[in-house]
Amino acid sequence: MSKLISTAHSVVEPSSSTRWIAGLLVGLYAVVAIVPLVWIILTGFKSPADAISYPPKVFFAPTVEGYCNLFTTRSRQSAEYIAALPAATSKCDQVARANNMVVAGSTNYLPRFLNSLIIAVGSTVLSVGLGVMAAYAFSRFKIPLKDDLLFFILSTRMMPPIAVAIPIYLMYRELGLSDTRLGMILLYSAVNISLAVWLLKGFIDEIPREYEDAAMVDGYTRLQAFVKVVLPQATTGIVATAIFCLIFSWNEYAFAVLLTSGEAQTAPPFIPIIIGEGGQDWPAVAAGTTLFLVPILVFTVFMRKHLLRGITFGAVRK
Amino acid sequence: MNITRVAERSAHATPLPVASALRGLSDRTIAWLFIGPTMLILLMINIFPLMWTIKLSFTNYKANRPNAEVLGVGIDNYVSVLTDPDIWVAMQTTAHFLFWTILLQMVIGFSLAYLIDRKFRGHGFWTTLILVPMMLSPAVVGNFWAFLYQPQVGLFNYAVSFLSGVPASSFQMLGSTKLAPWAIIIVDTWMWTPYVMLICLSGLRSIPDYIYEAAEVDRASKLRQFFSITLPMVLPFVMLAVLFRGIENFKMFDMVNLLTSGGPGSTTELASITLKRQAFESWRTGYSSAFAIVLFVAVFGMANIYVKALNYVKNR
Repeated sequence: MSKLISTAHSVVEPSSSTRWIAGLLVGLYAVVAIVPLVWIILTGFKSPADAISYPPKVFFAPTVEGYCNLFTTRSRQSAEYIAALPAATSKCDQVARANNMVVAGSTNYLPRFLNSLIIAVGSTVLSVGLGVMAAYAFSRFKIPLKDDLLFFILSTRMMPPIAVAIPIYLMYRELGLSDTRLGMILLYSAVNISLAVWLLKGFIDEIPREYEDAAMVDGYTRLQAFVKVVLPQATTGIVATAIFCLIFSWNEYAFAVLLTSGEAQTAPPFIPIIIGEGGQDWPAVAAGTTLFLVPILVFTVFMRKHLLRGITFGAVRK
Repeated sequence: MNITRVAERSAHATPLPVASALRGLSDRTIAWLFIGPTMLILLMINIFPLMWTIKLSFTNYKANRPNAEVLGVGIDNYVSVLTDPDIWVAMQTTAHFLFWTILLQMVIGFSLAYLIDRKFRGHGFWTTLILVPMMLSPAVVGNFWAFLYQPQVGLFNYAVSFLSGVPASSFQMLGSTKLAPWAIIIVDTWMWTPYVMLICLSGLRSIPDYIYEAAEVDRASKLRQFFSITLPMVLPFVMLAVLFRGIENFKMFDMVNLLTSGGPGSTTELASITLKRQAFESWRTGYSSAFAIVLFVAVFGMANIYVKALNYVKNR
């Protein structure tokens, strides 16, 4: 009977006018919320003068100057010197010469971006890899003080990063890990692993034990059953967890700014200190921000179905 | 006869626990092998530094003078933290920030989730669009909002003056002691409302249709349905969202540090920013360690009490 109602009848389906109003309001919010982001992207294509014009310019002549300034350093030269040079070979050279400058070298943006990539991917692989093993053990085996251990793992996330930054700094100096990618990978893994264990335990709890039992009756060892039966079943959970770990490591700032200065510095502490002539070079900052967003945006769009599960920290079962 | 073959044959004949013990590692060994590395990394990079922080909090150590003599000072650091008026001002600032960000995010986030749950055409697309701000790096966001908030050329002031007629350069979001606390609340709300929205949405979707159908049969009005079914059933989810946002915003550092770095004066100086100033600008390592422990105990204690309340609501 209840089945009949829910398929044939629609007492709980909103009316078309309700839907229309709901759609309008949500659309309105989305547009307002996305304006700052669109502004960042637009500013990346403005000239420094257009970026700080009043009133703010929506229509402007787009230029790649911001992106050039992001990747290159320039030096000011006299008009005669520039006129004597051979023809500009790249677009950035042309842009710089129009402003009486020549390209002098490249900035640190690319190495910082690369650091972000290596550290984010490395720590995600490590924390998800270790997390899935621990989650499996917590889900399947009798472990003394299991609940206490799980709460302990979660509580490590409540610490303000700055609270442990000094001892970590001192420790890393002793171990030769300060300002290294390996040090940052280990650090971010430690922060992410609590989330990974909790999320993945939720997913693995939902995989029936009977699958592994059946596999083991068929002659698999426990390890084989874990690799060949449980891991494929947990793919969704692993992907969702990886997204969250990746987003955290990609965006992290506090540890990065306190513990890295050169070698292993990631992009978030670098972008705000891009300085042009006379203060912050906003088009270059905007360009750096935009490029930094691209991987996460692409990821979000492709993985949006998994986000809902991950966001509730495994505390919510559907 | 080969010993492994014996093991294999007996494995097929014997019950499961014995079999797996014979053919591979025992479950016990696997359990510790699987949990071991996680515990090791947490002990090394979370617990050990925390213990170190606790130890430092009882000393007069200064990280910028590693060769100075380190003296134990007992609980002096804790006494001075708890009696320092600046610390209490920072706590009040943090409380103000926490209260308003959580309130605004819950109200807007829940409303959005409720609207999205009306399943209008294209709601998937709009939901994805709304999610974008929470994917961004808080530091980069803070830095960029400083640009949007500029009184002369910033988009925010321009938009406000366009809508309200107030001249754009007549107010400074980041420069005024009255408006700066709201400037950080606006950015945090902009960034994290989608997160609350997602949690509320999963709550709304977990309510089975038949409950509404039963209510409809009983001729309960839509308003009554909302207050007697929707709200109570979403409440645990909303409380979960409050917990997550509460913990995160209690630790808030990156976005505010880049947007205002605590100013003007100390009007937006949240606890974490005070902590960073004491630790990395004044280099009062012992004192800041004590403050860090106080903060950690506060979050830990409040989260514990809160989780108990949450479980009570869930099991009601």
